[in-house]
Amino acid sequence: MVAVEFERIHKMIVVEVLDEIFIKNGLIVSFLIVGIMLFLANWISKNIFYKRIPGVAIAILAALVMAYFGGDKGISNHSFFSGMALLGGAMFRDFTIVATAMGANLSELRKTGLPGIISLFIGVIVTFFVGGSIGYVMGYTDPVSFTTIGAGACTYIVGPITGAAIGASSDLIAISVAAGVVKTIFVTIITPLVAKKIGLDNPSTAMIFGGMIGTTSGVAAGLAATDPKLVPYGALTATFYTGIGVLICPSVFYLLMIYLL
Amino acid sequence: MKIYGVAFLAACYLIGQVIGKYIGIALGIGGNVGGVGIAMILLVMVNDRFYKKTSLNVETQAGVIFWSNMYIPVIVAMSSILNVKVALSNGWVAIFSGILATSCCYLLIPLISKWLQLNLKESTK
Repeated sequence: MVAVEFERIHKMIVVEVLDEIFIKNGLIVSFLIVGIMLFLANWISKNIFYKRIPGVAIAILAALVMAYFGGDKGISNHSFFSGMALLGGAMFRDFTIVATAMGANLSELRKTGLPGIISLFIGVIVTFFVGGSIGYVMGYTDPVSFTTIGAGACTYIVGPITGAAIGASSDLIAISVAAGVVKTIFVTIITPLVAKKIGLDNPSTAMIFGGMIGTTSGVAAGLAATDPKLVPYGALTATFYTGIGVLICPSVFYLLMIYLL
Repeated sequence: MKIYGVAFLAACYLIGQVIGKYIGIALGIGGNVGGVGIAMILLVMVNDRFYKKTSLNVETQAGVIFWSNMYIPVIVAMSSILNVKVALSNGWVAIFSGILATSCCYLLIPLISKWLQLNLKESTK
């Protein structure tokens, strides 16, 4: 009798009330979760790694591990974390990236404007051909496969748009999306580690970096973990990368591949 | 008031989104081409203009700066919603092409950075 009553109260308190509140207020819950994650990450950075690994990098890595335990939308597939999809979605990502421009210097942007644009084209070309060639070596030798995989290596948005435009199979499109996501994860993790070696410590190089690498999410996350002051410069050029990729992969590059293969 | 800054940021963002979308349609892609970049350039230019005249009100600036600081938490949240499982389970082709193509770009960054900046300096002389 007591047990049944206890179970009823327990159900009422935990399942109904808490579930309802946490799911209804998903965005607020995500503020709390991310706040705690960054607090812990900064503590670990300070006390365990003596700030040799930035707290932001640790938090991002933890987030990627969490994403692995989720589904197609990462951890946000679990209802408790559903607000992460809103906080980490394209709207807030783009809105906050635009806000970072407040810290950017106009003359600095002007100085590297042209090199930034050139680096965009070099970035797309190199990534497309290296990515596609690796597919080629691994058995994907027809023009459609080469183009779709090469486009996927650019970003996970260029891949599926290109694949759909040139009639690639859904398996191939899945590979190209995966290649793009692998790139984003790789850029996020590797950027703070190699920043010094590639001279990524000034606005000019950050703009060229954004143009060469292109995946806005990866560039933004990688630069945040390296030096937040560089974010607006890298993000500015990177935001044009996907547009250029979508423009030339299914057209110029596809025709070139038909001619070559 | 801080909301002025937030509203100003929202205006830049929305104008960028609209222009980016029109560029996308004009190019026949349909997606948004460089909307965020255009919004950033807009924000920098307006901000620069204000600086030269009177400088943007401190409170107004604080409204933008708050969102610019929120950018790191947003990136953490974004990382947690990536489809990591698919990235790792779609075979070696995806992993190799994603990593090797990107690595080539990393190797080229110092060279291109040097080359482009050198050429630029010569052309401005």
